[in-house]
Amino acid sequence: MLGLTEEELTAVRLSLRVALWATAASLPFGMLAALVLARGRFWGKSILNGIVHLPLILPPVVTGYVLLLLFGRKGPIGAFLAEQFDIVFAFRWTGAVLACAVMGFPLMVRAMRLSIEAVDQRLEQAAGTLGAHPIWVFLTVTLPLSIPGIIAGMVLCFAKAMGEFGATITFVSNIPGETQTLPSAIYTFTQVPGGDAGALRLTVISVVVSMGALLLSELMARQAERRLAAA
Amino acid sequence: MTLVVDVRHRLGAFSLDVSFESEGRLTALFGRSGSGKTSIVNLVAGLMRPDEGRIAVDGTVLVDTGRGIAVPRHRRRIGYVFQEGRLFPHLSVRRNLLYGRWFSTVREKRIAVDQVVELLGLGHLLARGPAALSGGEKQRVAIGRALLSDPRLLLMDEPLASLDEQRKAEILPYIERLRDEMGIPVLYVSHAIAEVARLASTVVLLAEGRVLAVGAPADVLSGSEIVPIVGPGEVGAVLDARVAALDVSFGLTSLETRAGPLTVPRVAAGIGSAVRVFIRASDVMLARQRPEGISALNVLPARVVALAEESRTVVDVALDCGGQRLLARITRRSAMAMQLAPGTPLFAIIKSVALEDGGRPQRG
Repeated sequence: MLGLTEEELTAVRLSLRVALWATAASLPFGMLAALVLARGRFWGKSILNGIVHLPLILPPVVTGYVLLLLFGRKGPIGAFLAEQFDIVFAFRWTGAVLACAVMGFPLMVRAMRLSIEAVDQRLEQAAGTLGAHPIWVFLTVTLPLSIPGIIAGMVLCFAKAMGEFGATITFVSNIPGETQTLPSAIYTFTQVPGGDAGALRLTVISVVVSMGALLLSELMARQAERRLAAA
Repeated sequence: MTLVVDVRHRLGAFSLDVSFESEGRLTALFGRSGSGKTSIVNLVAGLMRPDEGRIAVDGTVLVDTGRGIAVPRHRRRIGYVFQEGRLFPHLSVRRNLLYGRWFSTVREKRIAVDQVVELLGLGHLLARGPAALSGGEKQRVAIGRALLSDPRLLLMDEPLASLDEQRKAEILPYIERLRDEMGIPVLYVSHAIAEVARLASTVVLLAEGRVLAVGAPADVLSGSEIVPIVGPGEVGAVLDARVAALDVSFGLTSLETRAGPLTVPRVAAGIGSAVRVFIRASDVMLARQRPEGISALNVLPARVVALAEESRTVVDVALDCGGQRLLARITRRSAMAMQLAPGTPLFAIIKSVALEDGGRPQRG
């Protein structure tokens, strides 16, 4: 396919796997954070907002280094998880998932938060008077009405994860077949003589996947909106 | 059903301090905008929590700040019909109607879906989405949705306010049927006197967050407290009447009232049924002698009870027609020319056409 070498194919496959897992893992936490930030009223909300957005403004290397400190084999969380649950992040593809999830998180939360805020709270009140517990109100009113933004958030997170480089390479290094994602592979190609062709092929794939995801999300969001408008 | 509301609540510069009890089938909260009507309804529904006070429906305490009770809104079983409908845009009419049904914990549903669909005339709308409905249809669906959640009390916050006259006329009969047939008490917010006169069994008169009067519509809506609320042009009297005869060829109905026989246009009620008529003071003319050759169909003998000078030009004359209170608004010059004084016997003349919207069916 496209004359990709086995090494390049491995990087593409790994990147897709990492990005999908990162998106899936971020989703529940992202939705919760978006809901809390959109609807909650509590002390320290702006601090929470700051923490959620931190990976967006910090240099990715810093985020990667913090992950290494916390989730590395000797890090407080990393050691605990390895001992208790046999979950290891350091220099594994799971670590790449974690790095990508953290980096994509603020983009996901932002899109979801905006769409939840756009849901008319008077509809949620109406659902409450009809006997719906707040959890049911969220599931049957808020969630379906904010679907376009939730899709957009997922796609943004996926695209970010596909392209994440700095935090990933800092946290889990650049091991072919384990943590060498698409951007890492491109970087490696640019560092060796005669790697230009490989870098270009992967760049094309990168563009195609990102554009594809974006178009798909546009399509899905538009369909969801049309369904709402028709209703 | 007994509704007990006794609450105090501050909202910025506005303070609400109301206490009333009602056993009526349709209790109307009547007052100008900003008098606290919607706040009371929101407190009953649980959308707001009062600073202090107690709310109970049929002995079930919903809020009692003294005992630290505040039932969350989804467990109150209070149906709420909002001014703007608030239908769920992502659900069809059918699923909007059934929404509250999923959460209703009552095993034996008192209200059948078919019954509500029939009552509100929703059969042909079920498959549609809310966006494809007219304003009146939306409100009917909203009423149905609230009914089907099996509420112990139905709140209606100016459900007709966003509709034009024609749509209002379309919905009013449905509200009357629901009041008479569903057995669910209604708390109804309105600032339209004709609507309240027609629908209410009990009226709570509100101004600036305080209760001015509570009682039967005939008493409250004809009382003097009403004047600053409805404005001088809208005062009048409420007459309880019974349909005596129908004149199909002219499209008229004869009513029996304490004041005497009254002829009104096309009342949609059978002979013998009770209706309520609101007669605006400015629709009543006065004459010292019984007029002859006059187009007005209603000439009632009356006696002056009191005169109230509303301005340099206008006088409101309170009349007694065989025990029925009536109000007439005439110029001060006429009052002087006719030498009106308490006790003066005269005739009140009411044009039937003026009653076009006044007499509508009302059972019980």
